[in-house]
Amino acid sequence: MPADVATPMSTAAPRAPRLDPKDLTYKISGGLILLGLAFWLGVNLFHDPAQFFTVAIDGLKNGALYALIALGYTMVYGIIQLINFAHGDLFMLGTMMSAFIITTVFGQKAPSLAGYGAFAVAMIVSMAFCGGLNIGIERFAYRRLRRAPKLAPLITAVGVSFVLQFVGLHWNGSGQRQWQTVLPNTQFNINGVVIDVKTVIIFAVTIPMLLILTWLVTKTKQGRAMRATAQDQDAARLMGINVDRTIAFTFGIGGALAGAAGLMYQQVVGSTAYNLGYQLGLIAFTSAVLGGIGNLAGAVLGGLLIGLIQGLNDGLSYGLGQQWSQSVVFTILILLMVFRPAGLLGKNVTEKV
Amino acid sequence: MTGHKAIEDRSNRRWAIGFTAVAVFLFVLYHWIVPNGPSWLHDFVQGWFSNANTNEMIVYIIMALGLNVVVGYAGLLDLGFVAFWAIGGYVAGWLMSSFLGNFKINIFGNPAPGLEMGIHVTFWWVLLAAGGFCAIWGIIIGAPTLRLKSDYLALVTLGFGEIIPQVFINGQDINGFNLSNGNQGITPIDPIRFFGFRNLGPFDLDYKFVIYAVICAGMVMVSLRLRQGRLGRAWLAIREDELAASMMGVPLMRTKLAAYAVGAFSGGLGGVVFATHINGIFAERFNFSISILILAMVVLGGMGNVWGVMVGAIVLSWINGIGLQQFGNTVNGAFNTNIDFPSFNFLIFGSLLILMMMFRREGFIPEARVRLVMHEHEDDNEEVH
Repeated sequence: MPADVATPMSTAAPRAPRLDPKDLTYKISGGLILLGLAFWLGVNLFHDPAQFFTVAIDGLKNGALYALIALGYTMVYGIIQLINFAHGDLFMLGTMMSAFIITTVFGQKAPSLAGYGAFAVAMIVSMAFCGGLNIGIERFAYRRLRRAPKLAPLITAVGVSFVLQFVGLHWNGSGQRQWQTVLPNTQFNINGVVIDVKTVIIFAVTIPMLLILTWLVTKTKQGRAMRATAQDQDAARLMGINVDRTIAFTFGIGGALAGAAGLMYQQVVGSTAYNLGYQLGLIAFTSAVLGGIGNLAGAVLGGLLIGLIQGLNDGLSYGLGQQWSQSVVFTILILLMVFRPAGLLGKNVTEKV
Repeated sequence: MTGHKAIEDRSNRRWAIGFTAVAVFLFVLYHWIVPNGPSWLHDFVQGWFSNANTNEMIVYIIMALGLNVVVGYAGLLDLGFVAFWAIGGYVAGWLMSSFLGNFKINIFGNPAPGLEMGIHVTFWWVLLAAGGFCAIWGIIIGAPTLRLKSDYLALVTLGFGEIIPQVFINGQDINGFNLSNGNQGITPIDPIRFFGFRNLGPFDLDYKFVIYAVICAGMVMVSLRLRQGRLGRAWLAIREDELAASMMGVPLMRTKLAAYAVGAFSGGLGGVVFATHINGIFAERFNFSISILILAMVVLGGMGNVWGVMVGAIVLSWINGIGLQQFGNTVNGAFNTNIDFPSFNFLIFGSLLILMMMFRREGFIPEARVRLVMHEHEDDNEEVH
């Protein structure tokens, strides 16, 4: 460990092709881990292909939800370098808002045309609610800390997360609540591979949303403002961009995506709990880091990968099983930080003086 | 510089006297005054400042001081401190109970009659063993990750803090080996031998308080001495500007690892002390909110300032442990209401964190340098820096 004492920037871009023994160890051990992973997948695929694909698709379903939540983390991090701990709890409030709209307000408990209508209304309300709430949080809690040392907004985010959990606790009660879904409960069976209709619905909602987001960020004026602000706030301000409004807009979009994820989680999994946001938030955040934090495509890729790995681990016959699910996710996180801190699609950034 | 030194020495002596005075007062209070005093005093003390809560406070002070070395001195964010607490607790479980029943080892140990199987090591050695074991874990987790940027480091520690408790929760059957007895936990823990004349069972809270206070004093002393020494100055340099510190010849990795190891060591101490305090180890107690609670103690008390951190630990562990509930009972009794006050814990902690970060970022009792750093860019909102 004392070998790289003199070079604080050893994570920076690779130097000349000269092979550093330390580098080599990293590469070899990283390769071995990937090889082990491939072996594990191969054995399971060979053992029972139908089960393999069933659990993989089920995992991807969760992965799509993680991706939606991870986008909120990654956009906020990209623009103000804040790990927004409260984001998972925003998602949690989204699940509760959806349950409130669909079951309490509209009284829909089974698949029907009215049920789908309630679903659509809940989608709009939940997205607006979470987006608005996130904008409000940014305005009142984070904005004045923008120039403070990094620890301050991070602690604030933890505080906001607690306050949101308090709201959830009083809205939902301390236990888990089960809800009836308005989505159809049918399943396809293709050569033994079972696909739930809900999985199809999740993808049917998620993919257009991601396309709209991509369009918004890459093609619109507001998106260009977002990218400019992420790159350099002061320069963006000099170019006449309203930085405050752009950041608020980013929070709003992130919150809205979390709201949509909340609705789908509540309808597909059918339960709400006040501490849900904490668990899923951590997983979603891991997804964002896996893909390369600040990178939108990376967040989606990371979310799908984490969902896939989790699904495979929980469902396969040669897996560690569900009780180790969380450990598997965080082991991935730690290994990633050791071997590729910038994430799968991220770029290494050299520290500047 | 010499004048400075003299002031520090004098304050060193002062705190030792003050600490001893408070500890003696509390011992006398719990040992003689409360049992022999009037019943209203007994009710008041047991309700608002119970002996068990005081001991728990000391556990939190020990750990908060350890985390203060990592977060306050060296400026490294650690969101998984609970892992070290858990590891320390389980070391106590392995070395001070009949849990590992395949062995029959006794090293100055003090097993309860009938529980001679297992490993029994004397409390003081277990303290060292647990601290050392945690320090090794701190280095294992720190070595590959400390070169990362602070945000990433926070994440790795967060992941570590999630994995370790899950290992212990699922640990009753790891390939047939029972590591931790799962959710049932390990209990009972051997009684501590109190300076050779008494075995401290679960109810000897007042004597245990003395032992814990001694450990706590040791932790305070180590914190203060480290802060003044070469290592402490190196930590501060890293905290303020890592790049500049390395240019001045501060070995970054070694210095950061030292901070990590010291923090982990104290987490291990806290684990052993807590295990002997509640006479067992229970895996479900070790969760993320504890990491946050300890971090909040450090930040709200005043990062880098030993006294601030102690105040933070005392106040927050009091609110968390006994204060809020007792306050709720009093209010409910007085106004005949039925409000569930402990459920407001989230709101109180959350708003406390938010408001403190808005209005008093540097903590209740700040360190002068932290205050400057925390308000560095307060006035240049429109300036490019």
